[in-house]
Amino acid sequence: MLLSVENLHAQVADEPEKAILKGLNLNVKPGEVHAIMGPNGAGKSTLSSVLAGREDYEVTAGTVSLSGEDLLELSAEERARKGVFLAFQYPVEIPGVSNKLFMQTAVNAIRDEQGLPALDMFDFDTYAQSKIDLLKMPKNLLDRSVNVGFSGGEKKRNDIFQMALLEPKLCILDETDSGLDIDAMKVVANGVNSLRSSDRSFIVVTHYQRLLDYIKPDFVHVLFDGQIIQSGGFELVHELEEKGYDDLIQAHQQQQTQK
Amino acid sequence: MSETTQYQEINDLLSKNSGYKEGFFTQTVVDTFAKGLNEDVVRAISAKKNEPQWMLDFRLKAFAHWKTLEEPHWAKASYDPIDYQDYSYYSAPECNSCSSDCPTGNKGMSMEMDPEVAKAFSSLGVPVNGEGSAQKANIAVDAIFDSVSVSTTKREELEELGIIFCSFSEAVHDHPELVQQYLGTVVPYHDNYFAALNSAVASDGTFVYIPEGVRSPIDLSTYFRINEAKTGQFERTILIADKNSYVSYLEGCSAPVRDSYQLHAAVVEVIVHENAEVKYSTVQNWYPGDDNCEGGILNFVTKRGICEGAHAKLSWTQAETGSAITWKYPSCILKGDHSIGEFYSVALTNRRQQADTGTKMIHIGKNTRSTIISKGLSAGKSDNTYRGLVRILPSAEGARNFTQCDSMLIGDQCGAHTFPYIEVENASAKMEHEATTSRIGEDQLFYCQQRGISEQDAISMIVNGFCKDVFSELPLEFAQEAEELLAISLEGSVG
Ligand SMILES: Nc1ncnc2c1ncn2[C@@H]1O[C@H](COP(=O)(O)OP(=O)(O)OP(=O)(O)O)[C@@H](O)[C@H]1O
Ligand SMILES: [Mg+2]
Repeated sequence: MLLSVENLHAQVADEPEKAILKGLNLNVKPGEVHAIMGPNGAGKSTLSSVLAGREDYEVTAGTVSLSGEDLLELSAEERARKGVFLAFQYPVEIPGVSNKLFMQTAVNAIRDEQGLPALDMFDFDTYAQSKIDLLKMPKNLLDRSVNVGFSGGEKKRNDIFQMALLEPKLCILDETDSGLDIDAMKVVANGVNSLRSSDRSFIVVTHYQRLLDYIKPDFVHVLFDGQIIQSGGFELVHELEEKGYDDLIQAHQQQQTQK
Repeated sequence: MSETTQYQEINDLLSKNSGYKEGFFTQTVVDTFAKGLNEDVVRAISAKKNEPQWMLDFRLKAFAHWKTLEEPHWAKASYDPIDYQDYSYYSAPECNSCSSDCPTGNKGMSMEMDPEVAKAFSSLGVPVNGEGSAQKANIAVDAIFDSVSVSTTKREELEELGIIFCSFSEAVHDHPELVQQYLGTVVPYHDNYFAALNSAVASDGTFVYIPEGVRSPIDLSTYFRINEAKTGQFERTILIADKNSYVSYLEGCSAPVRDSYQLHAAVVEVIVHENAEVKYSTVQNWYPGDDNCEGGILNFVTKRGICEGAHAKLSWTQAETGSAITWKYPSCILKGDHSIGEFYSVALTNRRQQADTGTKMIHIGKNTRSTIISKGLSAGKSDNTYRGLVRILPSAEGARNFTQCDSMLIGDQCGAHTFPYIEVENASAKMEHEATTSRIGEDQLFYCQQRGISEQDAISMIVNGFCKDVFSELPLEFAQEAEELLAISLEGSVG
């Protein structure tokens, strides 16, 4: 098992009364692609943040392990170095810092963890160019400041580009499709598909069928009120697209009150 | 006067303050005046340096005036009144100071340097033996240790071009006409409290003269180091660029770790004649004190230059990371028509440091232009103030100013303040002012950390990005040093 989440409870660190994740379970094997869907406010981004180690959230119960190692013990940067990658719902701008310096620093931090020598400017350039070609990214991507002045679509592409450079084990994409036009969405899907391999897993958070049509996830989960209330194969996507979440949610709520 | 050998009580202090890497102390036989300040001390300093009467007169006049002044406390930096009697006003490594049987005055430079002093400078990366490392070979260095200049390298090479680059004390003896012509013309002894004090007790400093039509082929540089405890450093620097000349001058500073405030009150006067250009760069890394900024350097500096002639250009570039308190406004008087003044500044404060810094651009000549780019970074519990004045006099037809003041806050216990004063007395002036305040956000840090970048690296990357416009104005190796300094100074600033 690459990732195993058991009975995860989490809340906003400053607001102890407000539970967001309420007993969430999820298992991801190497090479699998899991889609997570669910209505607004269900806790999808919170799950992504908790897995990535954001300190705004406090885990109150449950366990998370990555290849058998307790993930919750690790800081955000340690998790990243062990291969957890999060493509952000809202990628952050860093004025004055070039994408190149940013990514060279990140790549070398991860290489260091793996016991590999650092890439100098030239080696990094060659390496980055190969990824730019692979993903059909604009050539000047490296020279610009991190996400500054990027359109919404460009920011998300940039995150996919970073993912390609860092070659993570577990890629979490939080609504990477929202705000993308069809062509850009294809670029993202193409990015995910070309990075897919037997030792890399994906968790793709999305509201729409379209991205999933390109990516074809192995599993689909519905997240509601901090729990996964339904899991299935790719066919679940179409069911949801047709019927919406209402039936599922009602069934779930009935179950809850019966307890 | 007392001759003392210093012992290593300091080492205990050092271990307490390992963050400041320039914080070692040099053991050397020193010649230090007893603490205290009165007219006799002023006379004694002058006598120690075998100064001519005019120089003594200048000192005495300044001292008499200083006694009538009150210590200024208008800056945003607050400090307890200083006990001026608790400082020593002269300290020199022994084999370098002039004994009374040295009639020709301060010829310390030609003597062997105290090996301990040489070692101190070399561990700071300052090439005082002329041969230096290959990397710094293209630079001439004047190294100032407490009150005296101990070495000036590459002199012959410069002399061939007619460039004078020597200690201030030497200049008083060897080039009295030049010193008399310019001393106190840009910063008069009565200019302000600390300038008056400096004029009275000036220890040493650097003197630079670039003759007409000469472009200095190498960067000239002074490295200041305060070593003795409870010693004030009052250096006086005069830099003159004659017509059509050019020079790039660099200044670096450090001091060992102490448990009481050390006082540094320098005066710098720059005179730029017609068509000449001076680039004046400073990287200031005086000891900021312990975690509460106890015992750091009090840095009260008056730096001012005048663009005398038409098309003269003066650029101040500074990276200020040290000192407990900094009070400093490098200024340009733009007298010549079409003259240009520039001020590029990065001031970083951490812990309880206080910096009140900025510039004054006084436009007198026609079509004069000034550019101010100030980047203030505050971390910890520090306070960082930009205070600037742009003044357009009635004569300054067609004057232009561009000012950009950016502040960045790191954490939520620090302060950033901006006081831009603008006085325009000529309607043809064009003024532009931009200001931003930002905070290194949790979001930015998390974004970096999620990519595997450590918090420290993330901060230094973000900060250096913020300071880029200023660092690009610094000579290359200075820019690198400044970046490293920022990283060191920011250690432990978050979390
Ligand atoms: N830092 C926070 N402070 C306060 N409330 C929060 C915080 N983060 C999340 N929440 C709340 O937790 C709930 C889940 O939010 P989350 O962003 O995880 O939902 P989501 O499933 O990603 O929604 P969307 O589909 O709109 O992106 C919401 O009610 C949200 O308001
Ligand atoms: Mg979300």
